[in-house]
Amino acid sequence: MNFAVLLEPQNLALFGTGIVTTLGLLFASLAVGAVLALVFALLLTGPWPALRWLVGAYTYVIRGTPCLIQVYLIYYGLGQLEWIQARWDSVWPWTYFKEPFFCALLAFSLNTAGYTAEMLAGAIRETSAGEIEAAQAYGMSRFQVMLHIVLPSAMRRTLPAYSNEVVMMLHATSLASAVPSLVDITGAASSIYATYYLPFEAYLGAAAIYLTASFCLIGFFKLSEKRLLAYLAPRTH
Amino acid sequence: MNAYVSAILQGALLTVGVSVSALLVSIVLGLLGAGAKLSGRPVWVGLATAYTTIIRGIPDLVLMLLIFYGGTIGLNNLLEWMGSEATVDINPFVAGVLTLGFIYGAYMTETFRGAMLSIPKGQAEAAWAFGMGRTQTFIRITAPQMVRYALPGFTNNWLVLIKATALVSIIGLQEMTFAAKQAGAATRSTLFYFLFAAGLFLVYTTVSLLVLRRLNARFSLGAKRGTL
Repeated sequence: MNFAVLLEPQNLALFGTGIVTTLGLLFASLAVGAVLALVFALLLTGPWPALRWLVGAYTYVIRGTPCLIQVYLIYYGLGQLEWIQARWDSVWPWTYFKEPFFCALLAFSLNTAGYTAEMLAGAIRETSAGEIEAAQAYGMSRFQVMLHIVLPSAMRRTLPAYSNEVVMMLHATSLASAVPSLVDITGAASSIYATYYLPFEAYLGAAAIYLTASFCLIGFFKLSEKRLLAYLAPRTH
Repeated sequence: MNAYVSAILQGALLTVGVSVSALLVSIVLGLLGAGAKLSGRPVWVGLATAYTTIIRGIPDLVLMLLIFYGGTIGLNNLLEWMGSEATVDINPFVAGVLTLGFIYGAYMTETFRGAMLSIPKGQAEAAWAFGMGRTQTFIRITAPQMVRYALPGFTNNWLVLIKATALVSIIGLQEMTFAAKQAGAATRSTLFYFLFAAGLFLVYTTVSLLVLRRLNARFSLGAKRGTL
């Protein structure tokens, strides 16, 4: 075992770039995914059957196919379309499709939006009837009930499931290394493996970074759950 | 039907092969892990906890690359150390099955542990009162009831496992995703072949879901459900 190689400046820098790419992909896709998920969840629980069906079909397909294929579909599949290739040099927004980071980001955002939308929709449906009736008794409109009563509570109740999803997304970003020219943590490890032919050291290093990141995320969510879900905890003296 | 489509369909058979074999490995590991966690012996509990915590904190892909590339070198070093001239290559199928089995064994451990804890204590006590031994109690009383409690979690794990088999294409196994990628590179109708592979995955997950739902209904026959 030759772990000293990992501590050489150029390799530390490589892992550093990898960490920045991974975290950038993670937080950007979570942010975009969360916005999409909110819209989708509202449509899933909304009064329009056609939209409900459409979004349901979307989440079903996203949740039923591997994330790797979704990444390939966007990076290789869309990038191969002549219609897009004819435009990606000049016409906005197609210029983005030339960038691997954007392709990976789009794939991960669409993926996490599918899973998160179903979680949030589930929490919205399970909001206790009493809360909604009380809000209606106060004369709140449909929109107000959603905004002030249902959503704040549903989002909080989604938190435990969402923390799993965030860790899953951290792991899913490792698929970005399947897109050439994108160096995330896994990509950095692969490049160190290719240079020194030291697979154990390189991938164990990557594994340790992911493990630390997972624990940090889990810890953060545990703390926020304690704070945000305090009102649901059993009453004690 | 063109050659690329039939290559993807052949890849689909490999996908089924990898996922089912990995499932068997993960069930065995899951039962061992759950047994260890419930044994109450500090060493076993510690080992099983380390296993589930560490595995669930690392991406599947990284573990797979670690086991595939690291395992090959490790085995060859071992052979060299033993004085053998031979070199071995780990087969991607075996590496994929072992890695996925090892990873999902950790998830199965948690599912099975939860299921075993859900069985009312009185059941095992009644079996004991009837004079049944440990093994007999497990086979006749605990295991059939555990299946019912474990099925929902098991279904989830299985669906995630199916999707994770796509990763084995990265270490070179020519399953669906791999065949689709090659077909796309050769013909430039990448979108079509990836959509085709995605469709096959969707069929696989949908069929699994329907079968497991029926199985769940079958195993829940005796369960009493409260009605409002």
